[in-house]
Amino acid sequence: MHKLSLAELAKGLRDKSYSSVELTEHYLDRIKRLDGNYNSFITVTEERALEQARAADQALAAGNTSPLCGVPIAHKDIFCTAGVKTTCGSRMLDNFVPPYDATVVENLGRAGCVTLGKTNMDEFAMGSSNETSYFGLVKNPWDTNCVPGGSSGGSAAAVAAQLAPVATATDTGGSIRQPAALCGLTGLKPTYGRISRWGMIAFASSLDQAGTLARSAEDTALMLGAMASFDPKDSTSVDKDVPDYTAALPDKIAGLKIGIPKEYFGEGLNAGTEQRVKEAIAELEKLGATLVDISLPHTHLAVPTYYVIAPAECSANLSRFDGVRYGHRCDDPQDLLDMYCRSRGEGFGNEVKRRILVGTYALSAGYYDAYYRKAQQIRRLIKQDFMEAFKQVDVIAGPTAPSVAFPFGAKKDPVAMYMEDIYTIATNLAGLPGLSLPCGLVDDKPVGLQLIGGYFEEARLLNVAHQFQLATDHHRHTPANID
Amino acid sequence: MEWETVIGLEVHIQLSTQSKLFSGSSTAFGAEPNTQASPVDLAMPGTLPVANAEAFRYAVLFGLAVNAQINHRSVFERKNYFYPDLPKGYQTTQLAEPIVGAGEVHIQLADGSTKTVRIHHAHLEEDAGKSLHEDFHGMSGIDLNRAGTPLIEVVTEPDMRSAEEAVAMARHLHSIVTALNICDGDMSQGSMRFDVNISVRPKGEEKLGTRTETKNLNSFRFMEDAIKLEVERQIDVLESGGKIIQETRLYNGDTRTARAMRSKEESMDYRYFPCPDLLPVVFDDEYVEHLRQQMPELPEAKRQRFMDSYGLSAYDANALASDRGTAAYFEAVADDSGEPKLAANWITGDLAAQLNQTETAIDACPITPEQLAGLIKRLADGTISSKIAKQVFTAMWEGEGTADEVIEKRGLKQVSDTGALEKMVAEVIASSPQQVENYRNADEKKRPKMLGYFVGQVMKTSKGQANPQALNEILLKKLEE
Amino acid sequence: MERSQLEKLALLARLNVDDSVFEEVSQGISQVLGLVEQLQAVDTTGVEPMAHPLDALQRLRPDEVTEGNCRDAYQAIAPQTENGLYLVPKVIE
Repeated sequence: MHKLSLAELAKGLRDKSYSSVELTEHYLDRIKRLDGNYNSFITVTEERALEQARAADQALAAGNTSPLCGVPIAHKDIFCTAGVKTTCGSRMLDNFVPPYDATVVENLGRAGCVTLGKTNMDEFAMGSSNETSYFGLVKNPWDTNCVPGGSSGGSAAAVAAQLAPVATATDTGGSIRQPAALCGLTGLKPTYGRISRWGMIAFASSLDQAGTLARSAEDTALMLGAMASFDPKDSTSVDKDVPDYTAALPDKIAGLKIGIPKEYFGEGLNAGTEQRVKEAIAELEKLGATLVDISLPHTHLAVPTYYVIAPAECSANLSRFDGVRYGHRCDDPQDLLDMYCRSRGEGFGNEVKRRILVGTYALSAGYYDAYYRKAQQIRRLIKQDFMEAFKQVDVIAGPTAPSVAFPFGAKKDPVAMYMEDIYTIATNLAGLPGLSLPCGLVDDKPVGLQLIGGYFEEARLLNVAHQFQLATDHHRHTPANID
Repeated sequence: MEWETVIGLEVHIQLSTQSKLFSGSSTAFGAEPNTQASPVDLAMPGTLPVANAEAFRYAVLFGLAVNAQINHRSVFERKNYFYPDLPKGYQTTQLAEPIVGAGEVHIQLADGSTKTVRIHHAHLEEDAGKSLHEDFHGMSGIDLNRAGTPLIEVVTEPDMRSAEEAVAMARHLHSIVTALNICDGDMSQGSMRFDVNISVRPKGEEKLGTRTETKNLNSFRFMEDAIKLEVERQIDVLESGGKIIQETRLYNGDTRTARAMRSKEESMDYRYFPCPDLLPVVFDDEYVEHLRQQMPELPEAKRQRFMDSYGLSAYDANALASDRGTAAYFEAVADDSGEPKLAANWITGDLAAQLNQTETAIDACPITPEQLAGLIKRLADGTISSKIAKQVFTAMWEGEGTADEVIEKRGLKQVSDTGALEKMVAEVIASSPQQVENYRNADEKKRPKMLGYFVGQVMKTSKGQANPQALNEILLKKLEE
Repeated sequence: MERSQLEKLALLARLNVDDSVFEEVSQGISQVLGLVEQLQAVDTTGVEPMAHPLDALQRLRPDEVTEGNCRDAYQAIAPQTENGLYLVPKVIE
């Protein structure tokens, strides 16, 4: 059953080939048997899952036609789940049980999804390797000596190891697409504002966006349709109709203009990765697309711009973790200052501390204009690069990550780690949708092809990805040891 | 040396919206602790703010009322600092792009002159919760019901030169926000709180002295006292060769003393930046014009109208126009009685004293405007004297009915009947031969004073009901005989 | 970055940085600041800062009370409460 796609699972449920309870039990059993190898889950909600599965079976029997009804999924542990511990990968929230659901959780719950549990992640979504989680590192199912990517490493590993057919994730600088690339999955970060951020624990509010990690574009389209909504509780949520993302999947891509940015094929890109990506682009050309050489001249500034804006926003977003109303409080505080400094000092790991301090610095008196304001200006230049490009092309294609999955501890220096997101970060700064899909292997490890679209062009990205996946079988490759 | 005081105000005005600035929690005062604190107010992870439209409407109304520029685009920023009553670790406020820009108001001073005070800007922001310092085993308790309540912070230019001017400005703002009905104006519940920036400089000096900020004054009396205290302190320090340290001070109304805040003196660096969870708020001209049409009459205009159409003095007009309830009461009495000056005298005099003494709000006054107008009519038409009127007023306050009913029931009608008065005068003259003798022999100039004795005697016999004017005439005639 | 400067930042951020990791955190910050230094070379004259990707405007909410009293549920996850209040070490003004 775990080899089936979402659409196939949905069909099986409707045909009564198996019940949601049977399906859920199957996945729970796999998690129990296999997750010791990957550490992809922080919390498994067995009882709740079975309860939801029973309810889904009743709904199906009563004629529910939601394509996701009864399908088990996993949530990244950044989405608040009422009554279920939500840690954000941090000691700070090791004891935090939210009294509310994130809108994403609510929407998928309404669609009939069964929640298997909460997946591991880099602490507060800060990382590209899932090595910063308080709950231990996550291993890449393709090679357990290597990282799964981050920050949605738990979601990626769980789907790659077929412990869940699909998982939710978030992407602030590449946290969906980079793990998708490293774990051989299809990962979509939609346009900023397409999916509500309510109940999604904030890292950098103007960059954070929810999305999915799945095994195909078709599965992704099904998920996005259920997750996206206008949410009056999120001021940055966009009031725009949610289309049927599966409708455009069958469209041919002949005549599609694909931009190839020269800056995405420069120094720092692994030769093997480059070759796979170029082969994939050639495949798209074979499907009728026209390739256009383009330039995104401010690309090299994306990473430094991001590392001013994201830390600045996070330094304020994480101030609420103060040990007063919830979360970790240190033992025997001597006074108020001691309570703050020690609770936060103990609750946050080093990478989180580093980013809070960088953000505090960038916003502090005398530095604001030179860092924060400057970064916001360059952010506009980066957006303008894309706007110019989209005057000529429909979609932009390039690599997702500079190389395949790397061994644990390989990138000790934070800046080397930050360069993992060199091709993904600019789309977050611009708020554009980006999708990573598997396009072959290097050293038996997956490579990701990234597609970037104009605002709210998710359907087009999914269409291109789907057509590629109809023509190729890279997305069907699974790690060798998965039975 | 002669010193000049320079005062600027920062006024926090709590808006009387139903719900908070960024959440759907109630803003009602006096609820059990933390029962009006939602996940947004508690800054729980993943929660997000959505701004309240009514708060913006109130802020625009306020801006129009202080003749200020309304900024069609305003931006919320985060002001970062840690304090247990500040759940997010930052206050959402406006800095670079506030909703209300520069403006000015004209305040009335006690001597009848007016003064212009410039408004630097006014912005929308959220209130903090409260720290309760009662002893919980050596800990403090935090109540977040107030956290997120919408405030307008008004920042004035340092245009005031005395405690009296500062208080007049504070009262003026109070009268504006209550006239607009955007704040309940209840100072005892903290609905308006004043931070006062004070400095002194040698008279004639242009450069401002170092200022201190006295925070959170919540009554006009405390404000006046705190300013006087601080001015005195600063002058003492300077005259004894010391220097003023820029600091925040706390005033204690019970002991009438002030002290510098004890909070650790780390340099405050608030790291303001635009709030990424909120977007710029933009209004068009139409919206602002629409609100301009809806503006109620403001105290300043009302004051002028009271002077122009009712012929009141500047002092009376100011006293009556400043409070919405009082102004409405006055207009009803003046229009009904047709005697605006008498109405003003009664309302600022006996009625104000009685309300004050019994701590009654004008809206709860036991004497209706119609009833007071009835009393004034009887006074004007000579049915009763002003002395009797006070008696009738007291009876009306006690609920004995209309003026006519009281006059009738107690038989207080003024005696104007010449025959009856002549009889009483004859009796007094007959029983006071010595005084009559003295009067008749007295110098012309001394006579009016001596007449008082006879008036008093007749009033005594008439139980005060003799018509003074008629009595005077009869007395003069009889004494001349 | 000077130790004293980092200590100042850490106090501003209310963040204890243990001696055992102080070097690591400090070095990391220096590297990040080195990385972002290249922004200084870019001419951004006349470029409007961009706070939000979509340059969207705020939607306002009607003034309605939509939240009830759920204090017990919210305080069930609090470190320390009494009589409905959150308790903290003494606040000194």
